[in-house]
Amino acid sequence: SVNPDLASERQTPSFSVEKLTVRLDGGAEHTRIRRAVVEAIECDPEFSRENQYFQSQNERYEAAVRKAVHLQKKMHEMGWTESGPEFKYIYRALSGDVAFLLHRIFMRSISVLGSDKQIAKWIPLATQFQLIGSYAQTELGHGTYLQGLETTAVFDITTQEFILNTPKISAMKWWPGDMGRSATHTVAFAQLYVHGKCYGVHPFIVQIRSLQDHSLCPGVTAGDIGPKMNFEHVDNGYLMLQNVRVPRENMLNKFCEVQPDGTYVRRGSQKINYFTMTTVRISLIEDEVIIPLMKACTIAIRYSVVRRQSKLKPGEQEAKILDYQTQQEKLLPPLAAAYAFHFLNDYLQELFDKGYREIQRKNFDTLPELHAFSSGFKAMVTQYCTSAVEICLRACGGHGYSLLSGLPSLYTKIVASCIYEGENTILLLQTARFLIKCFMAASAGQPVPPSVTYLAAVKPGKCPAKNKSDFLRPDIYTEAYQHMAVRLISSTAAKLQDLIQSGVKKHDAWNQCTVQLVQAAKAHCHYITVKNFAETVEKLETKAGIQKIMKHLCDLFALHGIFSNAGVFLHDGYISGAQMDMVTASYLDLLAVIRKDAVPLVDAFDFTDKSLNSALGSYDGQVYQRLYEWAQKSPTNKQTSPAYERYLKPLLHNTLSKL
Amino acid sequence: AAAMAMNADLRRERAAATFQPELLTHILDGGAERTRRRKEIEALVVNDPDFQHEDLNFLSRSQRYEQAIRKSSLMVMKLREYGIADPEEIYWFKSFVHRGRPEPLDLHLGMFLPTLLTQATPEQQDRFFMPAWNLEIIGTYAQTEMGHGTHLRGLETTATYDPATQEFILNSPTVTSIKWWPGGLGKTSNHAIVLAQLYTQGQCKGLHAFIVPIRQLGTHEPLPGITVGDIGPKFGYDEMDNGYLKMDNFRIPRENMLMKYAQVEPDGTYVKPLSDKLTYGTMVFIRSLIVGDSARSLSRACTIAIRYSAVRHQSELKPGEPEPQILDYQTQQYKLFPLLATAYAFHFVGAYIKDTYRRISGDINEGDLSELPELHALTAGLKAFTSWTANAGIEECRMACGGHGYSRCSGIPDIYVTFTPSCTYEGENTVMMLQTARFLVKSYTQVSSGQRVTGTVSYLNDLSRQRIQPQHVAARTVTVRINDPVSLVEAYKARAARLVEAAAKNLQAELNHRKSKEDAWNRTSVDLVRASEAHCHYVVVKLFTAKLSEISNAAVRAVMTELCLLYALYGISKNTGDFLQAGILTNAQITQVNQHVKELLAIIRPNAIALVDAFDFHDVHLGSVLGRYDGNVYENMFEWAKKSPLNKTEVHESFHKHLKPMQAKL
Repeated sequence: SVNPDLASERQTPSFSVEKLTVRLDGGAEHTRIRRAVVEAIECDPEFSRENQYFQSQNERYEAAVRKAVHLQKKMHEMGWTESGPEFKYIYRALSGDVAFLLHRIFMRSISVLGSDKQIAKWIPLATQFQLIGSYAQTELGHGTYLQGLETTAVFDITTQEFILNTPKISAMKWWPGDMGRSATHTVAFAQLYVHGKCYGVHPFIVQIRSLQDHSLCPGVTAGDIGPKMNFEHVDNGYLMLQNVRVPRENMLNKFCEVQPDGTYVRRGSQKINYFTMTTVRISLIEDEVIIPLMKACTIAIRYSVVRRQSKLKPGEQEAKILDYQTQQEKLLPPLAAAYAFHFLNDYLQELFDKGYREIQRKNFDTLPELHAFSSGFKAMVTQYCTSAVEICLRACGGHGYSLLSGLPSLYTKIVASCIYEGENTILLLQTARFLIKCFMAASAGQPVPPSVTYLAAVKPGKCPAKNKSDFLRPDIYTEAYQHMAVRLISSTAAKLQDLIQSGVKKHDAWNQCTVQLVQAAKAHCHYITVKNFAETVEKLETKAGIQKIMKHLCDLFALHGIFSNAGVFLHDGYISGAQMDMVTASYLDLLAVIRKDAVPLVDAFDFTDKSLNSALGSYDGQVYQRLYEWAQKSPTNKQTSPAYERYLKPLLHNTLSKL
Repeated sequence: AAAMAMNADLRRERAAATFQPELLTHILDGGAERTRRRKEIEALVVNDPDFQHEDLNFLSRSQRYEQAIRKSSLMVMKLREYGIADPEEIYWFKSFVHRGRPEPLDLHLGMFLPTLLTQATPEQQDRFFMPAWNLEIIGTYAQTEMGHGTHLRGLETTATYDPATQEFILNSPTVTSIKWWPGGLGKTSNHAIVLAQLYTQGQCKGLHAFIVPIRQLGTHEPLPGITVGDIGPKFGYDEMDNGYLKMDNFRIPRENMLMKYAQVEPDGTYVKPLSDKLTYGTMVFIRSLIVGDSARSLSRACTIAIRYSAVRHQSELKPGEPEPQILDYQTQQYKLFPLLATAYAFHFVGAYIKDTYRRISGDINEGDLSELPELHALTAGLKAFTSWTANAGIEECRMACGGHGYSRCSGIPDIYVTFTPSCTYEGENTVMMLQTARFLVKSYTQVSSGQRVTGTVSYLNDLSRQRIQPQHVAARTVTVRINDPVSLVEAYKARAARLVEAAAKNLQAELNHRKSKEDAWNRTSVDLVRASEAHCHYVVVKLFTAKLSEISNAAVRAVMTELCLLYALYGISKNTGDFLQAGILTNAQITQVNQHVKELLAIIRPNAIALVDAFDFHDVHLGSVLGRYDGNVYENMFEWAKKSPLNKTEVHESFHKHLKPMQAKL
């Protein structure tokens, strides 16, 4: 039975929960397919995550491999294919708790960077799991800065082979998933040398383990890099290569090739080598970043209407903690952000699909804009969602720290997204470089990509809001964000120019402005997110209350951003002190409005209990009973610990000296 | 690997420092003699083969608990052997043995024994103290329940007095009343001090403490009527058996209620305690420990991140030149140096609270409680302020180490999970901030009604003086000198005054509109928390600034002054809205502040390594491959990884169990 405190929250939603779910999925058909996939996966005991919180690293890894193997069988049984509509929901249904994810990246990099001949050779083998692939780019000494990689691949013209080497300890490949124990092959990135000349970083297919007995190939040293904050189920690995030879055909050569005589031929842009990374960056945002935030919000908000603590009014029952303004202020902005980023992601997917088609046609014009987009938004969304998940964790009091709440695992996993696929600060600086360039071009009257045309329309002025309800007008707050973004970008550009004109070298000037540049890039991304949310709300259907509640969330997202960055809006007087008080008032009013729909808004995310895997966040709200039941399953309560006989007993019996 | 020479970058950094780190270490320890003694105790532990063990990162939770119990047992024995009895020295010893981690006897030593000392009658002390001191009794402190934490009055466990047998009957009447979280309860303890609602003669007399035996001496089996166990895995705290406790009609003799203050007489007559402020003392003490812990945990994370940033080279700053140390990037300095400054600031705040508590605890024993309310309110807020800041700062340090920060070999994940619960335990932070706010609003009300207030809130007196003068607050001073810490203290003071006033006025406005006080309070609570934060921020800047004049060595004072300025200016640049809106600083000054922050980064850069060296963490205590004193990071990461449990065999068993059969089938 559902806890009455949770049931009462669901009685009078202002909107249709089911219709909102359908909108989030992008149509009723998608919702149906998603639910069918989730159902099929969750009713299969092989995929159970029931004991996950009690397992060791070794057990987690083994379970992930077992699940990955079973998944092949399951897909066959269900008639799911890699290109079918079900596919994207499988990983989500498994909550990512499965091995061979890098195997997919291995395949994708071959499909994108390999020639037709290479695709024909390797993809069927990989599909049939005749080999297991990984993607070895990051090294001990270098991550995001790819040009710095130190692994070498020297072309030996006599044998028509590349000789791969790890010349020093910092050149060891470090971190690639599936590589520590599972992979037989990897795409290794190395500095290509032909006739003593270095041609930069290129990808090579390298076999690292025997296909017969899985032992390491000659010249290969590989293993697991040890425990991490999370990803216990993944065997992130290290790899050292000593004179490992691969045939000339193993260099992925759709865009670059070394011919038999050692001639180096380039087709198209060198930048394409990094396109794999750009698409991965975008594809991970939904599953690895936005969905975990939605889960964290679901857990924390449901728990906050079940948990009663202290009294709001004398003589009454203790209040639900969600009725406290401070609790609303913690949880409702992250909820609004989850929706904001969901819609932003839809927009980015569209942009990238378009861009991808262009690149397929070898038109690279959109690459700089796509690159800037993927960098900036990856950084903004991961950073925001990571802190939001941590807020959710800490909003659940002590119980949030129990692994059984599900929140620590969500946090330790999402936090990695701030680093992998490009460290956030560096990514923001890449976006900033693009923005400064566009700003200069726009100022000189040259054309700029569509997403930054606003930089050309710089107009000074003041925010026209006269009362607090004016701040519920999307045109008012979107304009404020735009103004702020333009101001920060233009003032940074001006400072850069000043420094350079005063004789500071260009790179020094750049370094001296990086703190401001990061801020400017964030402002741009924040503006685009608010603008896109407002435009999306505009287009939503007005019936079933969907548009209305989304408008509230959009307002909240926008005003929370102004409230928490008040200084940058006040700085040049665009928003006055009196107007800032209006923003605060409007913002706090909205909390109380959205509070009423908080539970329906998380219900609309439509997570099953199994996918939440949380004693605090279940649909029925039977929080305390579940916490007690789950705790009793802990191995610490089942196994007899040797600690008592060995240490406690002598301690209690005062026979310590025998230890 | 042990005998490697010091990394050349670190050697150069150390040679270029403008001050002697040891002198700063002495200041942090409270004198050269204290440093000497600390290092002596450290050496006792570090050089003791009994305290060696495998890297904890490779052990299961059960194994970690077992190691902790083993070390705790030895620790108790050796403390007595060495005759270490000073509380601070015990703390050092314990912290070196457990390398800054919690351990199963924490609550026995830190709560059970002290509570016996302060709340037990002489008769009770005779019965319990020596057995507990000799560890025949191991106790814990069972307060928090599944359904209630910080809000103590809501606790549901009952202790009903039965005059017929002269016993208390203890019960856990609901699921939510099960005791949940107490450390050492799950597996280790055989006794607990249980907090329960006392019922006698049909009336509830509120929360009282009872000594409850929970396990059979000798067999360690739970007693009949007691259900006890471990609450399962957590975010960190693997060494600790946080437990649950359910009691069903469990009877204890009347004499097991702690009766130094409140009493139940044999016939059931209840005798009230003299003052309820007495419990404030313990809370102040524990919260002051958390402030110190915030400083230490953040210092450890800064040490790791800053040393690693001096060793790690990446990308290019100048075309054609070798890859620079990442510590030379402005963005990296901007991430780390304000945190370094914060760590120092919190050290001084922690020392201040400890001294103040020591100073007035004599008064408390003599019944003079006049200074307690302010100190209680201040420590509540500072506990929240420092733990929130340190918590975020540790994560920032970890992320500043890129991917390798995420590996457990960096040591930062462990620092984080060990520290982060302090945002919640000993009083949930938001609730703490609101307690401070209550005091601030009360003081503001006093000032408004013409009374003067003293202590850290005395700046509120100025508000009434301003009100006499005709001009508006915002039109006042624009005379802040951004190069002068003393002047910045004034700016922070003005900000705190403005936000306390705004919150108090908003509260009044709500009261004018609404029915209940509670409702008005709730609708103002976001403002109230902001006011408390501003107040605490002011106190920290003030204490840091005050410390500068106590530093006699000129070189050390110079570098501390730079850090103090950075702390104060960075705080302004992160909260420009408050300073602009109140008219404390102009737009032009804010631009200068932002610029000056960046200049300070460059000024502090040459001393960064010496500044973390001055924290003087032993490598064993730091527990980090990235933060090693010798800087030989990469070689040791490889050595560390080879010991991973997944690497125990050349071919993992999963290959034979799953991979091979699959390949055969497809």
